[in-house]
Amino acid sequence: MSILDKHSAYRHAYDTLLQHGVDPLNVRFDSVLSPTEGMLNGRRTILLGTNNYLGLTFDPDCIEKSVEATRSQGTGTTGSRVANGTYDSHTRLEHELADFYGRKHAMVFSTGYQANLGVLSALVGRGDHLMLDADSHASIYDGSRLGMAEVIRFRHNNPDDLHKRLRRLEGMPGHRLIVVEGIYSMLGDTAPLKEIAAVKRETGAYLLVDEAHSLGVLGETGRGLAEKAGVEADVDFIVGTFSKSLGSVGGFCVSDSPDFDIMRIVSRPYMFTASLPPGVMASTLEALHKLRTEPKLRSDLMRNAHRLYDGLAAMGFETGPEANPIVAVAMPDQDLAVVFWKMLLESGLYLNLALPPATPTNVRLLRTSVSAAHTIEQIDTALAIFEDVGRRLGFLTDERRRAAGAL
Amino acid sequence: MGPLRSDIADIFEQVLGHPVQIADNTNIVEDLGMDSLGVMNFVMAIEDFYDISIPLDRIAQIITVGDLIHAVEDLRSGTPS
Ligand SMILES: Cc1ncc(COP(=O)(O)O)c(C=O)c1O
Repeated sequence: MSILDKHSAYRHAYDTLLQHGVDPLNVRFDSVLSPTEGMLNGRRTILLGTNNYLGLTFDPDCIEKSVEATRSQGTGTTGSRVANGTYDSHTRLEHELADFYGRKHAMVFSTGYQANLGVLSALVGRGDHLMLDADSHASIYDGSRLGMAEVIRFRHNNPDDLHKRLRRLEGMPGHRLIVVEGIYSMLGDTAPLKEIAAVKRETGAYLLVDEAHSLGVLGETGRGLAEKAGVEADVDFIVGTFSKSLGSVGGFCVSDSPDFDIMRIVSRPYMFTASLPPGVMASTLEALHKLRTEPKLRSDLMRNAHRLYDGLAAMGFETGPEANPIVAVAMPDQDLAVVFWKMLLESGLYLNLALPPATPTNVRLLRTSVSAAHTIEQIDTALAIFEDVGRRLGFLTDERRRAAGAL
Repeated sequence: MGPLRSDIADIFEQVLGHPVQIADNTNIVEDLGMDSLGVMNFVMAIEDFYDISIPLDRIAQIITVGDLIHAVEDLRSGTPS
C-alpha cells in the first residue's frame, strides 16, 4: 500500500502506453539545434510540436539581450516582488505590454499557468459566478478552484449555451466572469468571440480571454483573437504567456479595469513565488519588439499553417475545424494513434501525441504546431512523412483519399 | 420510482444508449461505467432538462443517483448549496 495508490488508474493507463515501446510523456531530446530541429535518438528530427509560433527561441538579438541582462543583473531575482523588490525590467515589460495592447494596466507573472491562477482567483470570489468553456485549459480550471466563486461550465464554443446559463442566474447577486481562449490548444479552433461578446454585453458579465496560443498569431498587429474579431473593447481582461510566441517563460494580464493594481497585494500566485529573472524578461522584451515590428513572422507562420493543414486534409486526414498554427489530426483509436506517432518519430518528425483526458471529447490526436521558422521544404517533408506512415499503416486508403478529393 | 427518478433514468438511457436500472445508492461512475466525458454529457443533459446549472463543486460531490436527485431538487427549489 503506497500513499500514491489512489492514482492506480493513471498508472495502468500509462503502463498500457509504455507497452508500445514508447514514452510519449517523456521524450528526451539529445539536443535542440534550432526552433525547428533537434536531435532525437541520434537522429536529426523536425520539431513540429513546440508552440514556437514565431520561431524566436534562437533569435540572435533575443539571445544577446538575455545574455547582456544576465551579466549585468544576475541570474535570478531570488524572491517575489512584494518581498524582494521590482527590477527595472519588470516595470519595462509591463509598460511595453500595456502599450502593445493599448491598455492602462499590465501585470507580469512567473508563468502563464500562474497568471490564470492569480487573475481568476483575484477577480471572482464568494458569491460571484465564473462561466468557463468546458474545454478550458487546466490552468483555468485550477484557477477556478483557488477562489470561492461558483463555477459553471458551458458547452465548448457555444454562445447560446452560455447565454442560457447566464439567464438562469438572473436576479442572483454577484459578478459574472466569462472565460474563453483565443485558440484552443488541442484542436486549434478559435472562440466565436463576436457572439460571446454580444452575450457578455447583454448580460452585464465581464469577459476574460486567454490568448496563450493567439498572441503574435492572430490579428492585424498580433494582439490575438480579440483584435481579429474586432471586439477588444468588450474584452475586460486579456491573459497570455511568454512561453509560446515569445519564446521564453512567464505570463501576463492586461486590462483597463480601475483598481487593477490591487491584484498585486491580493493575488497569491503573484505574491508568493519568485518573479521572473532579468535574462528571461530581456529576451521577452526583444521578442515582443520583433512581434510588433516584423509582421512577416506572422505571414510566414500562416503560410506554413495553411500549407500543412491543406496538405493533410487533401491526403484524407481528419483535421481540426480551422487552419491555424495548431493543426491536429484525429486518430480513430489509441493503439493506432500511438503506433502512428512512434513511426512519425522514427521517420524524423516530432509532434505531440494528445490522449484523453487531456483532449476534448475523448479524441486521440496527433497534434502539430507550426512555426514561422519552418521552411516550406520542412513542411513538405513533414507532409511526406505523414503520407508515408499513413500508407504503411494502411490508414490512408484510396477511399479516404477519394473522399478528400485527392484521387 | 418518483417522476424525478424516472426522468433521470431516461436521461441515463439517452446518454449511455441502453436502459439502466437505478436506485438511490447506484454509483454513477462505478455502477454505470461512465467515464469523465460520459459524466459531463450526462450532467449537461440533466441541466438542459431541468433548466438548471449544476456548479462544479456540486458536481464533485455527486457520487450516487441519490446525491444527484438531491442536488437537482435543491437547485430547482433555489436553495443554496
Ligand atoms: C490556454 C493556455 N493557457 C495557459 C497556458 C500556460 O502557459 P505557461 O506555459 O506559460 O504556463 C497554456 C499552455 O501551457 C495554455 O495552453
